[in-house]
Amino acid sequence: MAEFLQTNLGIVLLVAAQCLLFTIILFVSLAFLMYADRKVWAAVQQRKGPNVVGAFGLLQSFADFIKYIAKEIIVPAGADRFVYFMAPMLSFILALIAWVVIPFADGWEIASLNVAILYVFAMSSLEVYGVIMGGWASNSKYPFLGSLRSAAQMISYEVSIGLIIIGVIISTGSMNFTDIVRAQDSNFGFFGWYWLPHLPMVFLFFISALAETNRPPFDLPEAESELVAGYQVEYSSTPFLLYMMGELIAIVLMCALVTLLFFGGWLSPIPGLPDGVLWMVAKMSVFFFIFAMVKAIVPRYRYDQLMRIGWKVFLPFSLGWVVFIAFMAKFEILGGFWARWALLGG
Amino acid sequence: MTVVDFVFFLFALCLLVGGIFTVVSRSPVHSVLWLILAFLSGAGLMVLLGAEFVAMLLIIVYVGAVMVLFLFVVMMLDVDFAELRAEMAKQLPLALVIGLVLIMQLAMAFGSWELGGGVAILDAPVATPAGTGAHNTAALGMLIYDRYFLLFQLAGLILLVAMIGAIVLTMRHRRDIKRQDILQQMYRDPKKTMELVDIEPGQGLK
Repeated sequence: MAEFLQTNLGIVLLVAAQCLLFTIILFVSLAFLMYADRKVWAAVQQRKGPNVVGAFGLLQSFADFIKYIAKEIIVPAGADRFVYFMAPMLSFILALIAWVVIPFADGWEIASLNVAILYVFAMSSLEVYGVIMGGWASNSKYPFLGSLRSAAQMISYEVSIGLIIIGVIISTGSMNFTDIVRAQDSNFGFFGWYWLPHLPMVFLFFISALAETNRPPFDLPEAESELVAGYQVEYSSTPFLLYMMGELIAIVLMCALVTLLFFGGWLSPIPGLPDGVLWMVAKMSVFFFIFAMVKAIVPRYRYDQLMRIGWKVFLPFSLGWVVFIAFMAKFEILGGFWARWALLGG
Repeated sequence: MTVVDFVFFLFALCLLVGGIFTVVSRSPVHSVLWLILAFLSGAGLMVLLGAEFVAMLLIIVYVGAVMVLFLFVVMMLDVDFAELRAEMAKQLPLALVIGLVLIMQLAMAFGSWELGGGVAILDAPVATPAGTGAHNTAALGMLIYDRYFLLFQLAGLILLVAMIGAIVLTMRHRRDIKRQDILQQMYRDPKKTMELVDIEPGQGLK
């Protein structure tokens, strides 16, 4: 068996099996995350939320799933059929494949790339195509306007996300997630993680992540009061489901990114307790909860305010922070506080 | 055929198909989408070569930003592409000649290099060749920011000038329209802008 896994076919099969296993776990957890999202939302608004299907409504997402795929697929007349069906698939697949480089514990990742963080960044910058293609191929005005908005929004916030990531890369001296998490390992537990040296960037990253994934308060592409439902107006049934799942996967990915970049990934917050995958999952859940709370309590932004924040506040601030971090790391001010690569001997 | 060969041929095929359909496809939006496929395949080939940093940058910069702009322009512009295409058919002989010349030049350049033992500079050992420990992102960083620092800064300066030029050319500050002053909006005093009036039932405002 061990020999077989060293052959080409064995490696391919092994990776395929890992991907399959991960996808199943992700999908099942997505179902419950969707449920949790709605429950949190409902609790804030003093409603009950889903409570009919299964005990406490736990099976609501599965019922929704069956409903989605059992519906008829409606294609608008004059739609570009190929692009129309490509768009949701692209949106879904790109959100999914970014996960291959995300480690859940030391060595628990499908692929360990040197440029893992860039890979995730590249995949999330490609996600804009699902939106543009969907809006254009629907051959209808509302989706098109929605997609233009959404695309402009995603591109704007990608810039600041990129700059924030650069700060972390400078501190670590590596673009590999495992290296980034190891650089946060110290005797101080919770206080050794990157959130402390990169404090303002944690908030910027979180807000940019909201905007990048089109979550409220930045869900302007959806803006149902003005644009019906943005780029996905003309979608129904499974293609719509794919869009929804792609969006949710992207949000969970952002939770994972916040955890890995600023909150020590699988490291335990209290020195002495064992590190492990449970910490990673727990931290991601906390961030997902915050995402859900933001959705429930923050009113939607106006589009010009969104663009203004992105370009005139976040971009200059994160650019300045990169310069600051580069200076602090280069001259190793405060020892290895910012220059973690120096501590690792890299 | 090893896996690497197989993957190479797959990416190369996608690249060629993408390139060809970029030229021949009827709808300009489809052309752009095919071009994106070509870029992605090119990135795949770079990963095969071990240049993963360049591959990711290709995706982020070209596919993630430049092609989105292309798509915007193509979707928004109302250009009669059928007419353009008819125009293109007229230019075909010239285009073929230019293409042929280009291929000849490439063949000559590579041929002379292969036959003549190469150019001294190209054969000289690179600062950090792949496989010596430092992965190529670090190697690239050392080259750009240490060895060719001035050239890199010059390139950045040229881009900056081009950007400023484009902004100056297109900026038209209209004075006859109302603008928002965000700071003014934020520092508005509620006491000055709003008046609360208690109205007795049946009285109305005086």
